[in-house]
Amino acid sequence: MDDALFIHRIHFAFTVTYHYIFPQLTMGLAPLIVVLKTLGLRTNQPVYDDAARFWTRIFGINFVVGVVTGIPMEFQFGTNWARFSQITGGVIAQPLAMEGVFSFFLESAFLGLFLFGEKRLGRKGHWWAAFMVFVGSWLSGFFIVAADAWMQHPVAYNRLADGSFEVTSFWGVLMNPWALIQYAHTMCGALITGAFAMAALGAFYLLNNRDVEYARVFVRIGVIAGVVASAMQIFPTGDLHGKLMAKHQPATTAGMEALFHTQQGAPMVILGQPDVEKQRIDNPLVVNSLLSFLIYGTTRAEVEGLDKVPKENWPTNIPLLYFAYHVMAGLGTLFVGVMAISAFLLWRGSLFRTRWLLWALMLSAPFPFIANMAGWITAEVGRQPWLVYGLLRTTEGFSANVSAANGLFTLLGFMGLYGMLTLFYLFLLQREIGHGPGASAQVGAAPLTVSGGRG
Amino acid sequence: METIWFALVALMLTAYVVLDGFDLGAGALHLIAARTDEERRKLLQSIGPVWDGNEVWLLAAGGTLFYAFPLLYASSFSGFYLPLCIVLWLLVFRAIGIEFRAHLDNPVWRDFFDVLFSLASLLLLVLFGAALGNVIRGVPLGQDHYFFVPLWTDFLPGAQPGALDWYTVLCAVMTVAAVSLHGALYIILKTAGALNARMRTVVKVLWPAVGVGTVASLVATVAVRPRVLDNYFTAPAGWIIPALVAAGLLGVFHFTRKGQERNAFLSSCLYLTAMLGGAAFGLYPVLLPASGDPALSLTIHNAAAGVSSLRIGLIWWSIGMAIAIGYFVLVYSMFRGKVEQHDGGHG
Ligand code: HDD
Ligand code: HEM
Ligand code: HEM
Repeated sequence: MDDALFIHRIHFAFTVTYHYIFPQLTMGLAPLIVVLKTLGLRTNQPVYDDAARFWTRIFGINFVVGVVTGIPMEFQFGTNWARFSQITGGVIAQPLAMEGVFSFFLESAFLGLFLFGEKRLGRKGHWWAAFMVFVGSWLSGFFIVAADAWMQHPVAYNRLADGSFEVTSFWGVLMNPWALIQYAHTMCGALITGAFAMAALGAFYLLNNRDVEYARVFVRIGVIAGVVASAMQIFPTGDLHGKLMAKHQPATTAGMEALFHTQQGAPMVILGQPDVEKQRIDNPLVVNSLLSFLIYGTTRAEVEGLDKVPKENWPTNIPLLYFAYHVMAGLGTLFVGVMAISAFLLWRGSLFRTRWLLWALMLSAPFPFIANMAGWITAEVGRQPWLVYGLLRTTEGFSANVSAANGLFTLLGFMGLYGMLTLFYLFLLQREIGHGPGASAQVGAAPLTVSGGRG
Repeated sequence: METIWFALVALMLTAYVVLDGFDLGAGALHLIAARTDEERRKLLQSIGPVWDGNEVWLLAAGGTLFYAFPLLYASSFSGFYLPLCIVLWLLVFRAIGIEFRAHLDNPVWRDFFDVLFSLASLLLLVLFGAALGNVIRGVPLGQDHYFFVPLWTDFLPGAQPGALDWYTVLCAVMTVAAVSLHGALYIILKTAGALNARMRTVVKVLWPAVGVGTVASLVATVAVRPRVLDNYFTAPAGWIIPALVAAGLLGVFHFTRKGQERNAFLSSCLYLTAMLGGAAFGLYPVLLPASGDPALSLTIHNAAAGVSSLRIGLIWWSIGMAIAIGYFVLVYSMFRGKVEQHDGGHG
């Protein structure tokens, strides 16, 4: 593997994976804050408004880190993937520029009003500001996913004489079927993160026997949102995504399942380590015919294995692809389990007393982040060796004029910088959690500062 | 079609400089001109609700550039790899400098973020100024349309220049002065009391420096790249641009003396717009000149995206920008007037 290419890949993978820790929480919390504010308006109970204020402070801290790590992403197509940018800019930059023009302006404008303007806007006006921030963040999610979806499944393009692409239809890129399904799946994933965060913090306060009134609100809203999102993550969105993959990227599907040989009634591997050399799976634990059933709806269908794919088109890192996919799907199953039991006990009215389950909710908080990360690794590593599926190889896309040493220099720089950001983020978050939602009741009338301090 | 996109991208970059310019300039002056914690809070409050929106102009301009001129985006971003990554780091430092400062009421914490914010703002201005200088001077573009410049390896402008040479350093100094002046005028407009008075002193010092710097940089530009004048001779209407530059500068002086804060700030906007407009006018139709063979320069013709992309883009771009301008009017009118204490915000 060419050194510079390797560095550029790691550079992009590291910065985008780190970035996505934050937007998923932003996009997950935004609608839940709107729910809290709606309940506040409807019921006139101050507990909801205070709860919304508390989460707004956490949201503010998270948003800042999302923004500062997102800006480098926007420029990295040019810095590290220059040839890719040159060739695909006429298409891929449409959703990216639209993201700037349509959603970042919206978000930044209403974020100011949302964080600063509670007093000036009044309750209704402030609800609208919260709503617009939610719309803005979900809109940016859409545009970025549309860009990624085009790389997975290129549509509505025309190839010019010099090899570059231009768009042929405005809606074609945005209404790419791949984009719609990927978006639905990604947003459910973000909601899972938000819902687990809210429920976990509620569980933490309940186990500590503090801020109990708020904690119950958090757990209730988190569990209701979480059970819906977790279920939809698997069915229909994950299921549809998988079927789309099997149809358009059979090599990736085979890689995800480490299915080396084409077979009828293909099994689904639950556990086991793929051995690419020997083309088999070590100590497998399988469910017979399940894969055929999941993809084609019948247990006897034939599923294409890697043997049908020319070697040069095999996913370049099959073990990573396989593990990432299994971590995502495994955690997804776990989420449905935890949330379904919690929702059942919530309905029966005993959840707040069931300490082991509160423990489980609390300890689950990091897993949605891991599942989302694993999902993206599945998507991106699975796309290899292609940068634009079937059209442009990853080896043809990187910035050949930027040497490996320069790439390594900035990669190390970003790592150091993001390490520092992590420390500040965790420190500030821990402080807010320590103060707790009760503290916002005392300063209820005081205005908020942008990132949550008290003016 | 390509010409329209050239103008639109230039317009977005100008909007970025004029808008984010005042908060960058205010940031560069933050340590010197705002002395007490209260003054620093006031300064931050006056830019707090708007800086993020202002910075979005950079993102939107970058995205639009990527879409309309993919080759320019690819070539320049990878060619200026090192300075650009440093810009990205500085943008991170600056943003957390503004946003995290208010969280702890502790002098060490606050001093730390004040210094971070101010130094990052200052260095950003240096790098942006140098970038402008590089674009005017030209870069060593190869046959394949790509190049790579180190930071300061070669200090004399020639066929193989580095990102920093005496000319681009001059541009950087000039940018720091002009944009700091712009920032000071904005803070004057938004505050009262001691901070306001101190910023007036800053303006008195910076104004003559900007005047001298403007003349010096124009002379240097003509010396380094005589072709910038070509367009002015073929289209003499262009001479109105230097007249506007002068008008802006004189306006700043005149209105500051009269105490008309708003007009003084608007004059500074005019000045910056005219300076950048003049550079764009002088470059057209070149986007990035080659320091060697002029035939290798990137122009609006060889760097533009396909016609279909350009045509489709014009529709959504216009709609999106109309909406975005609406937001800006809304936000600026919500937060108009001078900041008071305890007004919420970056306290
Ligand atoms: C909480 C997060 C989460 C959970 C529990 C799941 N996923 Fe997922 N998945 C994502 C979060 C995610 C994601 C981060 O949103 C991805 C990455 C890219 C994308 O479009 O969505 C993704 C991608 C993704 C892909 C596409 C990979 C590609 O494009 O190459 C498939 C086929 C699935 N998922 C299928 C599933 C199935 C069958 C799941 C259930 C068991 C599941 N996901 C659970
Ligand atoms: C937050 C979500 C994302 C994560 C975690 C992620 C992760 C990754 C990873 C791990 C790689 C390296 C793959 C490899 O080299 O084997 C990669 C590559 C890449 N991704 Fe993503 N990605 C995300 C979203 C996106 C989006 C939205 C886009 C496009 C708009 C994108 C564009 C690219 C490009 C251009 C590369 C480099 C080429 C390559 O190595 O394939 N990614 N990403
Ligand atoms: C290559 C990939 C990516 C690029 C170029 C990118 C770019 C950016 C930029 C520039 C910002 C800051 C916006 C501002 O200043 O307001 C941002 C924030 C954001 N990004 Fe990303 N991003 C990428 C990946 C993703 C992915 C995969 C998602 C979600 C699916 C996402 C969702 C968001 C959201 C919702 C925000 C709002 C701020 C926040 O959430 O903290 N981004 N992104």
